[in-house]
Amino acid sequence: MKPIQIEKVQEILETFENKELYLHLETTSGAYAAQDKEKLAVGAYIRNGSIKFTNVKMAGSGPFRVGFKLNDGWMYAEGLTDYQLDGGRLLMAGHDSSGRLAVAVQLSYTPFD
Amino acid sequence: MMEKQVLVVFPHPDDEAFGTAGLITKFVNDGVPVTYACATLGEMGRNMGNPFFATRETLPEVRKKELQDACNAMGVKDLRMLGFRDKTLEFEDPELLVSTIAKLVDELKPSLIITFYPEYGIHPDHDACSAAVIETLKRMPKEDRPTVYALPITPDREAVLGKPDKTFDVTDVLETKIKTIEAHRSQTEAMVARLEDGSMDPNSEMMSFIKQESFWIYPFDE
Repeated sequence: MKPIQIEKVQEILETFENKELYLHLETTSGAYAAQDKEKLAVGAYIRNGSIKFTNVKMAGSGPFRVGFKLNDGWMYAEGLTDYQLDGGRLLMAGHDSSGRLAVAVQLSYTPFD
Repeated sequence: MMEKQVLVVFPHPDDEAFGTAGLITKFVNDGVPVTYACATLGEMGRNMGNPFFATRETLPEVRKKELQDACNAMGVKDLRMLGFRDKTLEFEDPELLVSTIAKLVDELKPSLIITFYPEYGIHPDHDACSAAVIETLKRMPKEDRPTVYALPITPDREAVLGKPDKTFDVTDVLETKIKTIEAHRSQTEAMVARLEDGSMDPNSEMMSFIKQESFWIYPFDE
């Protein structure tokens, strides 16, 4: 993956507008986070959810936010730092300074494995 | 401690590394057949490296290779990858987990099973996996049941469960154990760097933790 360049990724994201897509969306603090009593282990995950969006916008100066306007609602994510175009799939992720993934947003025309 | 067949059941590649790699190596060295059944490929691992060595999509292949390397390091010839998905075990149909493990037990007839201690595993996959092992064995006739070396990892384990039933000094196979830990590079690289450059004090808490492996024999209460 490489650091997000907002104009470049915005351009790629727009190519996915109004298409039937498979979505991978996750956030995680790690299953062990709650070992630190001050912290709450949180996470959410959807793999191969179906999504179609009419508009998309990246925002921020890094880490970045991305918002998708759906026919009947919204989806957004924040904390994104890196991206990769991987055989037509767009992978975006937010990594902390030691390279640990904390959030991921991935779009594909075909199901993820 | 001559066993006929050992079956190790964990949910993630690397679950064996810190707690049991030494004992597994001892069994292998004694000529005891060891099968390692690993339920998932740790697909949800968070460490992608700095610089990156993986993405969410390539991590499973990376960890699969690491798991194979770890088995090679320990000399484990029989690795079974059970094909479940990381962080989903507690949501699976429990009967699917039980029947998967039951098939292995029927086939291998292990004299000893090594797994996490149910409810003392911290990670939900650890607990779901060990619970399925115990449930499988509960359904067997008592006389056919293998012994279970259960591994609790919660900090309060001794306070609640008492002292371990079995403690093994693995200093004699420490080199292999460290190689096994190193094999899971995606998970252990920060620690491995400290092991390798000698900056880890041989008398440190981490080193004494690695040199000793402790298990509680699971009490089937009937």
